[in-house]
Amino acid sequence: MLREGDIRIPSGCAISGFINRKGNTVSGEQIIRSIALMHERSNGLGGGFAAYGIYPEFRDYFAFHLFYENHAVREETERYLNKNFNMEMGGPIPTRKTTGIRNLPLIWRYFVKPKLELLYQDEMNTNEFVVERVMEINSSMPGAYVFSSGKNMGAFKGVGYPEDIGEFYRLEEYKGHIWTAHGRFPTNTPGWWGGAHPFTLLDWSIVHNGEISSYDANRRYLEMFGHKCTLQTDTEAITYIFDLLVRKHGLPLDVAVAVVAPPFWNEIDRMPPEKRAIHRAARLVYSSLLINGPFSIVLGSSRGIMALNDRIKLRPLTAAEKGDFLYVASEESAIREICPQPDRVWMPRGGEPVIGLLNDQALQAEEEEGMLHMAVGERTSRS
Amino acid sequence: MGFTKRPTFRVERDSCRCIDCGVCVRQCANEVHYLDIDTKEVLCDSTNCSNCRRCVELCPTGALAVWGAPQETSGNAAWAVHDIRAIQAQANSGGILLTGMGSDRPMPGYFDRMMLNASQVTNPSIDPLREPMELRTFLGRKPTVLQLDDKGKPVDLPPQLELDVPIMFSAMSFGSISLNAIKSLAAAAESENTYYNTGEGGLHRDLYPFGKNTITQVASGRFGVNIDYLNAGAAIEIKIGQGAKPGIGGHLPGEKVGQGVSETRMIPLGSDAISPAPHHDIYSIEDLTQLIFSLKEATEYTKPISVKIAAVHNVAAIASGIARAGADIIAIDGYRGGTGATPLRIRDHVGIPIELALAAVDSRLRDEGIRQEVSIVVGGSMRHSADVIKAIALGADAVYIATAALISLGCHVCQKCYTGKCNWGIATQNPQLVKRLNPEIGARRAANLLRAWKHELKEMLGGMGINAVESLRGNRLMLRGVGMMDSELRILGIKAAGE
Repeated sequence: MLREGDIRIPSGCAISGFINRKGNTVSGEQIIRSIALMHERSNGLGGGFAAYGIYPEFRDYFAFHLFYENHAVREETERYLNKNFNMEMGGPIPTRKTTGIRNLPLIWRYFVKPKLELLYQDEMNTNEFVVERVMEINSSMPGAYVFSSGKNMGAFKGVGYPEDIGEFYRLEEYKGHIWTAHGRFPTNTPGWWGGAHPFTLLDWSIVHNGEISSYDANRRYLEMFGHKCTLQTDTEAITYIFDLLVRKHGLPLDVAVAVVAPPFWNEIDRMPPEKRAIHRAARLVYSSLLINGPFSIVLGSSRGIMALNDRIKLRPLTAAEKGDFLYVASEESAIREICPQPDRVWMPRGGEPVIGLLNDQALQAEEEEGMLHMAVGERTSRS
Repeated sequence: MGFTKRPTFRVERDSCRCIDCGVCVRQCANEVHYLDIDTKEVLCDSTNCSNCRRCVELCPTGALAVWGAPQETSGNAAWAVHDIRAIQAQANSGGILLTGMGSDRPMPGYFDRMMLNASQVTNPSIDPLREPMELRTFLGRKPTVLQLDDKGKPVDLPPQLELDVPIMFSAMSFGSISLNAIKSLAAAAESENTYYNTGEGGLHRDLYPFGKNTITQVASGRFGVNIDYLNAGAAIEIKIGQGAKPGIGGHLPGEKVGQGVSETRMIPLGSDAISPAPHHDIYSIEDLTQLIFSLKEATEYTKPISVKIAAVHNVAAIASGIARAGADIIAIDGYRGGTGATPLRIRDHVGIPIELALAAVDSRLRDEGIRQEVSIVVGGSMRHSADVIKAIALGADAVYIATAALISLGCHVCQKCYTGKCNWGIATQNPQLVKRLNPEIGARRAANLLRAWKHELKEMLGGMGINAVESLRGNRLMLRGVGMMDSELRILGIKAAGE
């Protein structure tokens, strides 16, 4: 049977996530409870988490999380890493033995910085350098897979129910200000750890519920710009779409949303001229990046989270607020499990992003060169 | 040794039904039917019958039928009847065999071996009767990056054609078809918000009001090209070649150059209009750049420039060159593409199938990272909406239809366009025949065809769980091949059914 990456596997899912806008950290225990409540939305073939703010002592280092099939591949990959990066620390990610988690790969973590001489030699910025090396490992080193590569954040994922994966990775020992989670229901049995969510690149992370019908149109467009879609999953493509639009092309997040979940033309035609111009231009230039078909996603970055539905809302998504916390999840119950009395609960419309950003104070603590831009404007707002 | 001309078709008249009214006599420009002066009976001589079926359809009593005529030779597996007939004809005449419309040879049809996908369980199909379904298509150059100015406003984009349906009427000149046929297509394009193409016949003054739905063509003969012509349309197409006759020029015989054609093409009355095989100012790709930018300069960069080529072996590299030469749209015409007149051997043996050409071009432009810079339009026997949707899934932005459009106007595909005796008033300049085609009725029928296909496109898109046509463009996972070789699947970039 072909492994994920060699074959495209559609799946349904549960997603959940929250942010503390002040940057106050909470342990992984809450997000595990939230995603565990939606147990029946996944089938034990994939679960995972993304956490931001968990490595403050290594905030200047890229935290690489890798799966290895064996130690020979690990040694070869470490040679590659050492050639390209200065490594501050490396070693296995702490896990505990957990019922229901079997067939483990080797799971290692490294805190690295790109070698300056290589950056100068290639005349590249740091992010570009890291992306290229990650793509290189994932596409040309069989048996090694980088599943997390951002700063002060990390993905933790594997094959199993999400609550078991959380226990396995000892997530209650980490403290973060953003947590997202995913429970997977693939329509196949790949049993490969790399195929679980979240999917990440730099400090982007995506958890995603849906099956996008525009996949091959999106993929073939992305591959023109150097993104290699090695996994053949929708989630990977969605991550790369945001990476291309926001990081590489420097577009504000609201314009990126207007690209992936645009209003219908008859709605655009009725907009006031300025709004119409930006929506028209976004759809025209990036028509191949419209994400068609059902999806709900939570996009995480070091600045905040954004939850988004496809433009006709074919997947569930609920949002809630309480104090500094913004919650999003497939089901309201998953929010109320960890926040029983929210100040406000709502169902976002299709194509209407729910955005929670760190406030300025919290941002200053996080601010650094190369952070991903998540500016938001009113100009594309649809309400 | 002389061979008399034998009928290809046999007209059968049911004498019990025939009332000798003479409708068929008046309708047949091939003079198949005639009135016997002595007996006052209507009779027929099938020798010149083209099977256009005009008489059959207009006979008030349904007395007529046309069949394939029994042949004096049945041919054999090596020597088909049409091969033998062709040799006999050439032995008689010493000339090139002429024909009309697209190739009718039984070559593999790749569209027919590709199957479309539909959603089941894991994602929902979308019902176009309940949910919006978008076919709006923009043709023209797109920047790679959307640039925003200081105030966050998008900078101006290059000019675009905007279509409500990704189907346009392909180039057919005034001369090859009648003014009434062109008026029908122009009005249909206007009502359905798409475009028709003048071909290289210039733009008749009656057609200027349809300018915003017109693509004006600049071909090797430069007939009718002047600044008003260039400015009149929404886009300009440089015609390098066409699928029915790649590598050769065109010839409109002087007898078709009447007053209207003469004025529109800006050539003397009754003179032959000969289009050279190449443009004599384009002997290489750098010359094409100059023509593209001359046209852009002349129209002040307000109109997208299309370059039309025939699908030939090296089409991918040629298309890449055209994109880099500055074209905004590349139109590719497959070997089954139609025409008013073409040498039979050229039509049937030169060029490659549009499906393979399209897939190769789309893949090549993506490999080079420039696919987004140009739009791809394909033509050459788009028989129905499923061909259209498969072309889009392979990578086309839109398609051109011509034969299908003419069939909607009454054409019965008899392939005798080159004779100028089209009984349906389409491929003729004979005023008596032209007036048979009422442009208002023609416009309604051509528009109906577009609307019908539009409904079918929406149904198929919805079935795939897609609600905007751009999400299908190049989305080859929506296709699976049946009965193809690995090399064909590889070139088409699709998987075999079951994979």
